[in-house]
Amino acid sequence: MSTQELRKERIDRGIKVRSDGLYALMSLRELSYLTLPRIILIAGMLALPFLMPDMYWQRVISIVCIYAILALSFDFMAHYVGLVSLGGAFFIGTGGYIAGILNSYFGIPPMLTVPLAAIMGGAVCTLLLFPCLPLKGVYFAIVTLMYPLFMARIIEAFDIFGGTDGLVGIDSFSSAFAEQYLVIGMVLIFLFGLRRFVTTDMGLIFTAVMDNDQAVRASGINITRYKALAVFIASAMGCMAGACLTHIYMWSGISQFALDFSILPIAATVIGGSGTLVGPLIGCLILVPVSELLRDFGTLRIVFYASILVGFILFRSDGIMAFGQRKYEQFERWKKI
Amino acid sequence: MTQPILKMNKISKSFGGVQALKDVSFDVFQGDILGIIGPNGSGKTTIVNCITGFIKPTSGKIYFKGKNITGKKPHKIADMGVTRTFQVMRPYHSLPAYKNLVIPLFSPRAKRTGGWRGGGSLGDRQTVAIDILEEIGFERDSYIPFKKTSTLPTGYLKRLELARCLALKPEIIICDEVFSGLSMSEIASMVPLIERLQDEGITIVMIEHRLRELFQVANRVMVLNFGEKLIEGTPSQVMADEKVKEAYFGSEKVEEVMTYA
Repeated sequence: MSTQELRKERIDRGIKVRSDGLYALMSLRELSYLTLPRIILIAGMLALPFLMPDMYWQRVISIVCIYAILALSFDFMAHYVGLVSLGGAFFIGTGGYIAGILNSYFGIPPMLTVPLAAIMGGAVCTLLLFPCLPLKGVYFAIVTLMYPLFMARIIEAFDIFGGTDGLVGIDSFSSAFAEQYLVIGMVLIFLFGLRRFVTTDMGLIFTAVMDNDQAVRASGINITRYKALAVFIASAMGCMAGACLTHIYMWSGISQFALDFSILPIAATVIGGSGTLVGPLIGCLILVPVSELLRDFGTLRIVFYASILVGFILFRSDGIMAFGQRKYEQFERWKKI
Repeated sequence: MTQPILKMNKISKSFGGVQALKDVSFDVFQGDILGIIGPNGSGKTTIVNCITGFIKPTSGKIYFKGKNITGKKPHKIADMGVTRTFQVMRPYHSLPAYKNLVIPLFSPRAKRTGGWRGGGSLGDRQTVAIDILEEIGFERDSYIPFKKTSTLPTGYLKRLELARCLALKPEIIICDEVFSGLSMSEIASMVPLIERLQDEGITIVMIEHRLRELFQVANRVMVLNFGEKLIEGTPSQVMADEKVKEAYFGSEKVEEVMTYA
């Protein structure tokens, strides 16, 4: 039979339908259907430092987590607030420099600089981005892309905070385990925290601002305040990741404003699945190690990297997560027309 | 003499060289249903935008309950109880209908007033949202309140626009063409709703093209033409006026007007 007489239909799996209701609480099978994917993700992330004890790969795990936090913040901003931000590098750089300054000038230990950098960095980024909040779409993206370039040139031109050499001799975390579990813990807390947050009533305001900001204004809600809050959440996450990066490399410098930090999280979000929040983490878990493995190819690695991206955009534009979720929840069969 | 709840004093608005409104003045009194009609491009929606703060008038003053609200931000004006619907419906398309109402219920005004019916706690906004939707014509036991707004038909979306205003417990609702795009039977079910809102003491300003239905509910009608106020009066006065017929249909087709109205 030709495909003209057949069509593919997708039907929800019985277990998916059953586990939507109360039944899920009464049967171990339905309960595990619901919780297993989450448990596997959490357990897998926590086990990573043991699975890869090699020094080199330990560092890669930390970098994966830092990119994952950035990708989470991008996904939240772009698909739950409607602000497409290319500010990853801006957040990382600001957080990184704040942590570096606090540590090398004032001697504050890493366990305090990280939360301080999140709050102070979030405030700085929100303040600088505040005038751009009425902008939408590509215009907002351009402004957020301008800031990291601007900051790097300012530091270079005025020769402040160590100038082109950067701040050196910054304290590292107490041990490799402390470093890894800090970043892994942050990723998991941000991931599940954001997933919960976007479904709350306040989270719905953000979605509404994305869908139709004029209608939100007509509902008596100050949209600028909510956009600023969203930018603060996203930039505080990014700054926290930047602070960790500073302590991991024991150095903060101009290269923390490099555009890799803006671009790779977006690529990871596209590969993992936009708007899912888990997707960006999965994307980073794939992209960052792949880019490390391709290091042997020298400059050719960009070519491989780009082909992977193009492949995903052409054939799986909804991302791994959306594909996986569909397979997990539905089965497909051919049906005669 | 009672003070008007909404007073427009010589409002003008020009967009570059185009003068959309020229010295338009009118009063709206508590409990009124004021209809505003006029041919396309006569400045009806510009008036709505001026009152609700979405655009700032070039000159003139707008008073709500004696307070000057000219040039205030839209969310401040909505917070005072002056609400509007949009001519092109603006639902939050990635949310189901009942969650669309969580947004106005989250606003500072709804927190103060307790929403449309007031009094009750706003603890669970989603339950309150479904209650409001039921009153406005979404069948409670159907799946309709839970459908994504991108899949809802126009009739429900127009009601949702009204519901968004009602969730704020408004003093005034400015309806920008709530009847347009609806079938005769849908309009027939909307008219009693509008009348009920009037009974509750909500002042309503209706911008309409559907004259027959508007004349049925409105107690005063104002006609705009090329940004200028042509006439204001009761529906029957307006219907009989020669200038109105001329503005709508040109000077030679008076007979057709009579059959339409």
